[in-house]
Amino acid sequence: MATFLQQIINGIAQGSAYALIALGYTMVYGVLRLINFAHSDVYMFGAFMGYYTANNPWIKSTFGQSLTAAAVVMLIAMVLSAGLGILIERFAYRPNRSETRFTLAFWLGILGAAAGQLMSPGFFALTLGAAIGIAIGVVGEIAGLRPVRQDSRLSLLIIAIGVSLFLENGGQVAFGADPKFFPEIIQTAQWNVVGLKVDSQQVIVLGVSIILMVLLNLLVHYTRTGKAMRAVSYNLDAAKLMGINTDRIIALTFAVGSALAAAGGILVTLLYPKIEPLMGVMPGLKAFAAAVLGGIGNMTGAMLGGLILGIAEVMAVGYGQSTYRDAIAFIILVLILLVKPDGIMGKGPTEKV
Amino acid sequence: MKKGIFWILALAILALLQSGLQGYIGAYYYQIVIFVGINIILAVSLNLINGTTGQFSIGHAGFYAVGAYTSASLLYYGEPTFRGWISFLPHSAQDVVLLLFGLLAAALAAGFAGLLVGIPSLRLRGDYLAIVTLGFGEIIRVLILNINAVGAARGFLGIPEFSNFFWVYLFALITVVVVHNLVNSSYGRAFISIRDDEIAAEAMGIDTTRFKVMSFVISSMFAGIAGGLFAHFTAFLSPNTFQFTTSFYLIIMIVVGGMGSIEGAILGAILITVILEAFREFGAFRFVNFAVLLVLVMLFRPQGIVGSWSLFRKAGAR
Repeated sequence: MATFLQQIINGIAQGSAYALIALGYTMVYGVLRLINFAHSDVYMFGAFMGYYTANNPWIKSTFGQSLTAAAVVMLIAMVLSAGLGILIERFAYRPNRSETRFTLAFWLGILGAAAGQLMSPGFFALTLGAAIGIAIGVVGEIAGLRPVRQDSRLSLLIIAIGVSLFLENGGQVAFGADPKFFPEIIQTAQWNVVGLKVDSQQVIVLGVSIILMVLLNLLVHYTRTGKAMRAVSYNLDAAKLMGINTDRIIALTFAVGSALAAAGGILVTLLYPKIEPLMGVMPGLKAFAAAVLGGIGNMTGAMLGGLILGIAEVMAVGYGQSTYRDAIAFIILVLILLVKPDGIMGKGPTEKV
Repeated sequence: MKKGIFWILALAILALLQSGLQGYIGAYYYQIVIFVGINIILAVSLNLINGTTGQFSIGHAGFYAVGAYTSASLLYYGEPTFRGWISFLPHSAQDVVLLLFGLLAAALAAGFAGLLVGIPSLRLRGDYLAIVTLGFGEIIRVLILNINAVGAARGFLGIPEFSNFFWVYLFALITVVVVHNLVNSSYGRAFISIRDDEIAAEAMGIDTTRFKVMSFVISSMFAGIAGGLFAHFTAFLSPNTFQFTTSFYLIIMIVVGGMGSIEGAILGAILITVILEAFREFGAFRFVNFAVLLVLVMLFRPQGIVGSWSLFRKAGAR
């Protein structure tokens, strides 16, 4: 019994991290009907930003090993990841939807930078390549090379896969492919609560997740912006007609989702401190499964789905065979969808003929 | 008559190429040519689910894996027994019979797996189906990782080498012809009608569930054959080959080529395979460049390179 309760505690800690990532999937799905595969890599990016912030000498000497240090690291990582989310939305997803500028320049700039780096590694070649790429892109745009605007969810999905590939492999180039270890920013303490072991990391993971989810709930349900977000997710075109700046709301949704993913990334590294550029792939898939499990587009569902998967996974590892760990999430997903095809909290789509 | 001549000609050309190709272009390019062929089978078959029937599957690597491991383990463990049964044939003819037997088993096993996935697809649509197929592919991979008899995480070594250029391209041709004829048959019309409007299709008396499952099963069978051909060409299988990224690359092939068009799927398979090989010289930047190009193609030509254009268009077909 004690082991069982212990596993529940471990599972809740793991599950709340999944829930944070799942929220980002579900929010983006809500507004764009897009499975944002790049989300799992924003999670990775968040963890790396946290790593670099925590290793920053100034941060280290000023805050040391304390709760403040953890809070600062987490906030910086969240802000940077939110920025990444906005960038992704602006240059990869928005051109498909509304008139944008400099899309070609942005991507050619990246290609140019890569080309420069390939020819002679160094800062100079990199900037020169980027500059040439951007120049070609701007000229191309003036010449009339504009992204095709069309309402295709499929090409959007392929773009998402492309961005995800880009971030994973760009991460391997920028951060190095070898795993790194997250510094211990909080001292570990362990408490015995009626015979159960609870450590400070688990308490922090759970506490921060609850705080973030409450804040998100307040944002979505009690502010004007949140109302706009709900309107966009309910019906994008109608929201636009009502005078809502839908592009801004979508960008904001990406920012919030990405910040939550970064928070999830840092919380997971508190539990398992190893980070590497491909670390997002599996948690990302499982969090997506969690979002679908709960009913995609539904925020309560995402939290519930994350918790179910987290607990189930820890249980399976604890009582069964750990080699099946990666399959558990999907087996549960299939079983639940067989009974409830729209997920636990999901509402079936209304069919219009 | 015309069909007979076509197939005899095709067999002759394939046999001719088989005899000289590897010596002429060298082992490295030969291997790429083989992988292009296998990817054509996979892309054209996936296109039947995603392009023609309009269901969204991202678990094709799972069926591919089922086929590869079925055929590989069957012939790895059963080769001496089977050879005993057909010992009256010359050795090279025995190889052919063994390969065909392995591929048949691969197709049946993968088709059965397709049936298993097709059944939940009766109730799920769109993104829910997508995640279930993806999850199914992952479950298959984790199962393989846990079966010691097929090498588990170490990989499956020592699979008999039977397949070559001739067989890969013969089956690629068969896949293309079968899928093309299927799409242009009354079954194909039913698939297309499900894609265009499921409710209207149902109202017209089409048994949508039956046709959806059928397209899953047929598509998976070809993926299984591709797996068998792959296994008996490389003589080595690793579960990492069948990760969901493989399914993603297949989706990329059919979308970049042009969704719903067989020519598009073929072109996409060739293009993506060759580009990924050519980009090897970029080292660490290989996938970075590939990803950026992919995003650019999708932003500036979202209908794919071919679009829904068709080389052999028949009246009314799309």
